Amino acid sequence: MTKPAIKPEKTDKPDSSGPTKQPSPLTVAAGARPQPAAKAVTKVVETVTGAQALVRSLEALGVEVMFGIPGGAILPAYDPIFDSRVRHILVRHEQGAGHAATGYAQATGKVGVCVATSGPGATNLVTPIADAYMDSVPIVAITGQVSRSAIGTDAFQEADIRGITLPITKHNYLVQRAEDVPRVLAEAFHLASTGRPGPVLVDIPKDVLQARTEFSWPPTIELPGYRPTLQPHGKQIREAAKLIASARRPVLYVGGGVIKAGASDALRRLAELTGAPVVTTLMARGAFPDSHPQHLGMPGMHGTVGAVYALQKADLLVALGARFDDRVTGRLDTFAPNATVIHADIDPAEIGKNRVADVPIVGDARYVIEELITAVAAEHKAGHRADLTDWWRTLDDIRGRYPLGWEDPPDGTLAPQYVIKRLGEIAGPDAIYVAGVGQHQMWASQFISYEKPGTWLNSGGLGTMGYAVPAAMGAKVGRPDAVVWAIDGDGCFQMTNQELATCALEGIPIKVAIINNGNLGMVRQWQTLFYNERYSNTDLGTHKHRIPDFVKLAEALGCTGLRCENAADVDRTIEMAMKINDGPVVVDFVVGKDAMVWPMVPAGTSNDEIMFARGVRPVFDEDDV
Amino acid sequence: MNKHTLSVLVENKPGVLARVAGLFSRRGFNIDSLAVGETERPEISRITIVVNAEDSPLEQVTKQLNKLVNVLKIVELEPTNSVQRELLLVKVRADRTQRSQILETVQMFRAKVVDVAPDALTIEATGTAEKIEALLRDLEPYGIKEMVQSGLVAIGRGSRSITAPVLRAA
Repeated sequence: MTKPAIKPEKTDKPDSSGPTKQPSPLTVAAGARPQPAAKAVTKVVETVTGAQALVRSLEALGVEVMFGIPGGAILPAYDPIFDSRVRHILVRHEQGAGHAATGYAQATGKVGVCVATSGPGATNLVTPIADAYMDSVPIVAITGQVSRSAIGTDAFQEADIRGITLPITKHNYLVQRAEDVPRVLAEAFHLASTGRPGPVLVDIPKDVLQARTEFSWPPTIELPGYRPTLQPHGKQIREAAKLIASARRPVLYVGGGVIKAGASDALRRLAELTGAPVVTTLMARGAFPDSHPQHLGMPGMHGTVGAVYALQKADLLVALGARFDDRVTGRLDTFAPNATVIHADIDPAEIGKNRVADVPIVGDARYVIEELITAVAAEHKAGHRADLTDWWRTLDDIRGRYPLGWEDPPDGTLAPQYVIKRLGEIAGPDAIYVAGVGQHQMWASQFISYEKPGTWLNSGGLGTMGYAVPAAMGAKVGRPDAVVWAIDGDGCFQMTNQELATCALEGIPIKVAIINNGNLGMVRQWQTLFYNERYSNTDLGTHKHRIPDFVKLAEALGCTGLRCENAADVDRTIEMAMKINDGPVVVDFVVGKDAMVWPMVPAGTSNDEIMFARGVRPVFDEDDV
Repeated sequence: MNKHTLSVLVENKPGVLARVAGLFSRRGFNIDSLAVGETERPEISRITIVVNAEDSPLEQVTKQLNKLVNVLKIVELEPTNSVQRELLLVKVRADRTQRSQILETVQMFRAKVVDVAPDALTIEATGTAEKIEALLRDLEPYGIKEMVQSGLVAIGRGSRSITAPVLRAA
C-alpha cells in the first residue's frame, strides 16, 4: 500500500521551536508521545494480539491510569490490562470514567484515558466526551466494537460510536487492522494533547483485539493534515503591542487557553508590565491570582460588576485563549461596543467567530504572551505608554461600590455562599476545587480565592450536571498529594454519586461538599425571576423528605457522612472533614433554598443590564469614561 | 447569498466525506452540489463542493473544515479563474417526428446522443451550470423522462496546481 511518507517533524514541536525550553503542560503530556521513527531506536518486533498491542501502546505512551468498565466487545483488552503496570480503576458507570479522565487531565495537564465496551458502554461516554470537547480537555476514549463482520448488522451491543461522536471529538478512529493499533494510539494521544486539546475516540472491533499482529514501538505518525500553529505571526504581535501600549482603557480578557498553555507566569508578567486590568473567565479561574490587585474577577452572566463594566467600557480587549462565549458577552451586538479587539487563540476557527478581531493572532497562548511582553516592552522603551490612572480610578470606584457579597437568608437558614467561602479559606489555595453545574458552581467560582492554575475544575461549556464527583476522583488520582474538594449541588450529586463507591474501594479520598438547597437551584432562580415563582419540577425533596439522606447514602457507599445545618458548625465540620484522609468524606450542608446568584446579566440581554442584586442596577457614572 | 465553489483536498480514508458533509449540515448549509474523486495521487481525494452562503458564515465553515484532521487543503475557485463543468445524462421522449429537431438542439449544445430507443433518446452533455440549464430548457417541451446530473467539478486556470504543494509536503 502506498501511503504518503509523512515526516513526523512536520507536526508541531513546541519543545524545540519555542521561545523557552520550559515545557508547557502540552509538551509534558506529549512527552508520552512517540519519538520520530528517524531516531536511532532499536525496534524490537514481537508477535502479540491486537489487545496486547493496545496495552503495550498505552504503556509506551506513559499512561499511568485509565478509568473504565469491561464488557463483551472490549473483553480481550481486559486480559492484558490485568497484567499491565497501567492502573485500571473500575468505575460504576461509564460517564464516571469519562469525567474522571477529564478531571485527571485538567488537574495534571496529561492525557486522561477512559475505556468502555461497545453499544451502551460507548454511548454512556457520549456526555463526558461532549463535555471534554467543549472545554478542550485532552482525553482518549477507547471503546470496544462488535467484530468487523458484524458491524452494521445491529448486532448485540452494537452502536456506531464513531458516527455518534463525529461532531464531539477532535478526531476519532475505527481501527480496521490489528497492525494499526500502535499508530492509531500514538496519533490519538498526539491529537488529544497538542494544538487545541480535545477528546479523541478510538473504537476497536473485538476481532481486531483478538487478531495476531506484530508490535513495534515507536510507530510512525501519519497526520499530513494536522499542523497546529503555535508561533504567532511577528507582524500581528507588533501590531498588538502598539495597541496595548497606546490604549487608555485596556482589559486582558483571559480564557482557559492560558491555563492549558501553561502561560500563567507569563500572563502575570504581561499584566504587570502593561498595568492593565485582568478578567478571568469561568474556564480561566486560577490563571491569574485572585489576590492580585489588577484582577477584577470573572466576567459574564454571573461575573463581578467590575469585570463586566471593564469589558463594556474598554477601548481595547486583549483576548487570550478565550472564545467570546455567549455567557461572557451577553447580547453580542452590545458587547464592549467601543473596544478594538486583539484576539489570540491557538484555534483559528475561534477568531472572528463571534466578534470581529481587529488584530487576529493564531498561536499558543504562552508563545503569544511571551512575545507580547517583548514587543510591549519595546514600545515602552520607545516612549509609548498610555496613562491608565483614570481607567483605574474608575474601576477601583466601581469594584469598591459593587463587591461580591450576599445577604444572609432572612429565614435564618444557612447561606450557601458562606459555606463555600469558608471552605475555600480553610482548605486554602493549594487545594483543588471541582464543581458541578448550577448555583453552587457560580458561588464556588465567586467566593473561593484561586491563586494557582489547575486548582479550579468545572464543566464550563457543556454545563454537565454530575461532573463534580467523578472529575474530583480523576483529579485526586492525578494529584494524590492535593486536597480535592468536590463542591456539588444536591441535584448534581444524585446524578453520579455512585463513583463514591469507586473512591472508597480504590482508596481515592476525595471530599464532597453537597450544597443541599433541596432544589435544582439555578433553575429555581430563573423560575423566581422569569416565571412568576412558578416552581415547576425543581423541588427535589432532599429537604422536605430528606430523600435521600445524604449522610446515610455516603455511609452506604463506604464514605464518612457528615451534616451541617447552621453557620456556627460550618468551620468545625469542614475541619473535621479535612482531618479524614483515609477515605472519602461527604458533607451534607443543608442551606437555604432562596439564595440567588448575583450579580446577573439576564440571558439574552446586554451586559449593560447587569443586576447587582434583585432589583438593584449598578449606577455607572458615564462621565468617567 | 453567493454561490461558492470549494475544492477540498482530503486523505482518501473511510468516513472523511461524512465528516466534511456533517460540518455543512451542522451549520444549516445546504450543499448545492458535491463531487468526489481521486486525484493524481490515489491516497488523496478531491471534493468539490458548491454551496450557497454568505461570506462570513462560509469563512467559519472553511476554518472548521481546515480543522478536520483528514483535510489537507481548501481552495475557493472563482468562476472567472477556473474551468467549471457538470455532466448531464438526460432521457428525452422522442418519436420519429421529433428526432431531427432534438438532434439539432444536441448539436447546437455540442452534446451527444449516447443511447437510442424507439421512443426516446439519451443525451450526454457537459458544461457550465448555465449551459446545462439552457439545454434542459430547450429539451423540456419534448418531455424529459429521466435525468441525472453530476456534481460540479472545477479546476483553476493557468499552470499552477493546488495539489502539487500538498503532495510535496506529504
